[in-house]
Amino acid sequence: MTTRLTDVTSNYRRRKLVDSVMTGVAYVCTAVAVAALGFVLFYVVVRGLGAWNLEFFTSTTKYFGEGGGIANALYGTAVIVAFAALMGVPVGIMAGIYLAEYGENRLGNVVRFVADTMTGFPSIVLGLFVYGLLVLAYGFHGFAGSVALAVMMLPIVARTTEEIIRLVPDSIREASLALGVPRWKTILRVVIPTAMSGIITGVILALARVAGETAPLIFTILGNQFWNTDPFSGAMAAVSLFVFEASKSPYEAVQQTAWGGALVLVLIVLVLNLTARFIASRGSVR
Amino acid sequence: MRIFGETKERMDKRQADRRQGAPGEREVQTRTAPAVERAQEMVVENLSAYYGNFKAITDVSMHIRPNKITALIGPSGCGKSTFIRTLNRMHEVAPGGRIEGRVLLDGEDIYARDVDPVRVRRRVGMVFQKPNPFPTMSIYDNVVAGLKLTRRRKKSELDEIVERTLRQAALWDEVKNKLSESGTSLSGGQQQRLCIARTLAVEPEVILMDEPASALDPISTQKIEDAMEELKERYTVVIVTHNMQQAARISDYTGFFYIENMGDPGRLWEFDETDKIFSNPGRKETEDYVTGRFG
Ligand SMILES: Nc1ncnc2c1ncn2[C@@H]1O[C@H](COP(=O)(O)OP(=O)(O)O)[C@@H](O)[C@H]1O
Ligand SMILES: [Mg+2]
Repeated sequence: MTTRLTDVTSNYRRRKLVDSVMTGVAYVCTAVAVAALGFVLFYVVVRGLGAWNLEFFTSTTKYFGEGGGIANALYGTAVIVAFAALMGVPVGIMAGIYLAEYGENRLGNVVRFVADTMTGFPSIVLGLFVYGLLVLAYGFHGFAGSVALAVMMLPIVARTTEEIIRLVPDSIREASLALGVPRWKTILRVVIPTAMSGIITGVILALARVAGETAPLIFTILGNQFWNTDPFSGAMAAVSLFVFEASKSPYEAVQQTAWGGALVLVLIVLVLNLTARFIASRGSVR
Repeated sequence: MRIFGETKERMDKRQADRRQGAPGEREVQTRTAPAVERAQEMVVENLSAYYGNFKAITDVSMHIRPNKITALIGPSGCGKSTFIRTLNRMHEVAPGGRIEGRVLLDGEDIYARDVDPVRVRRRVGMVFQKPNPFPTMSIYDNVVAGLKLTRRRKKSELDEIVERTLRQAALWDEVKNKLSESGTSLSGGQQQRLCIARTLAVEPEVILMDEPASALDPISTQKIEDAMEELKERYTVVIVTHNMQQAARISDYTGFFYIENMGDPGRLWEFDETDKIFSNPGRKETEDYVTGRFG
């Protein structure tokens, strides 16, 4: 006895129905997520743009009265993040290379576990740690904030570097080894260049991650309304910290500059992410 | 015994070469010396290869003649790739990879205690089954990658090497106008010939190829076979192939690998001149395999 293709269809109809319902649910969830993001962006842009003018970018922070800007805070963020990168990036990249190429052992697993735990560590605790380590002895200063941010960056950079180096196919390593190139040179001159765009992407994402951090800065750089260009002594300002402090101010004008600072932070993160995407899209391994 | 007599002679000659002054001088000498002088023989004695505790091949002995093409055939999984990778110490790159037995290159045991695998691989080059050009490098840089990464060369010298090796690999005409393009922009067959040129550029004495044409179209395969015909004038060539006609066409000697019972390690079942293996093999399994009765 033969059945026609159109027989026994109830099961198929049910599947089709469930399929379209689930697809609908997925669309709605996506829409909610995108809407939330869009709303935040929209709100920050609308409120923040109003604060943007020449004075905002050229004068120092003020917590009361009229006017005031973020010049010293921008400078502080740039310097603190730069020093953080200077410390966190090379160590992180080298740790990642170690994990990917030599880390198939107990030590590697320990390092991996520590890195993953550090990634999930509350950032304020890092701030407290650096407070005990540096601030108690040397007072509040910008470099202490850099140390806290570097500790935050380290595990992110290490793990993304490891992941991306693992994506480099073994066949490439073998090709180099078979040419009589030593292992270390193979890693340095063949594997890492192949993974380079991915490594840079990881570094930029880590920068974006820490550039807006506030909690680890509270106990380290404190914040400062005046110019302090020396990251090695005296309290310093940072944009994130300014937004946090200024938004609590009762003065309308100060709140306004806080929104302006928030917009600056959002733009920094946005630009860094776009740069990362652009570099990643041109890489040999993704 | 003749084998070892000859080996001894060559060893003495090599040592004499070494004594002759600066390495630069020797470099020039070897390059201008007649091609036959560079190709080397390899002698494999009672070789077994393991991955951890798993024994993949056992008790393989083989004499690989200089300036000849030696083909390795046999059903898959019987250890051809494992064997060919022991010849330039790439086997030990695999986790748990180790061997027992001896492999002599020009009379020297490449597994002797003080031998640096890096130096072995400079003298015994390898082309892999899947084309694997370096993705970040141009065609030109791919060809000279081994040279640039292992020693300094003058630019004019590199230009000359790039053209010569690409010609030897039958790729020059197709890429001469786009040497700065990425190596991975080429077709699969072109990439494989690029990998051959890259191997030739470091001037090895022996070239190993593990199914170099298995993933390629017939035209590319033909080009690679043509190139191999010329290669053996300068090099000793060992090639693993699944293609019986290819083995019969291009090789001088053929080794048949076989596993008699499931779970046993692979063995070199028969080794002889190619004509003999294909027209009058000594063992029944060889005959069954080359006539296509199993495989
Ligand atoms: N990296 C490896 N680790 C463990 N076992 C391997 C590895 N490579 C190959 N083998 C095993 O060794 C045996 C021989 O494999 P191989 O040399 O690739 O055979 P062939 O090239 O003749 O097909 C097979 O049983 C295979 O599963
Ligand atoms: Mg194989």
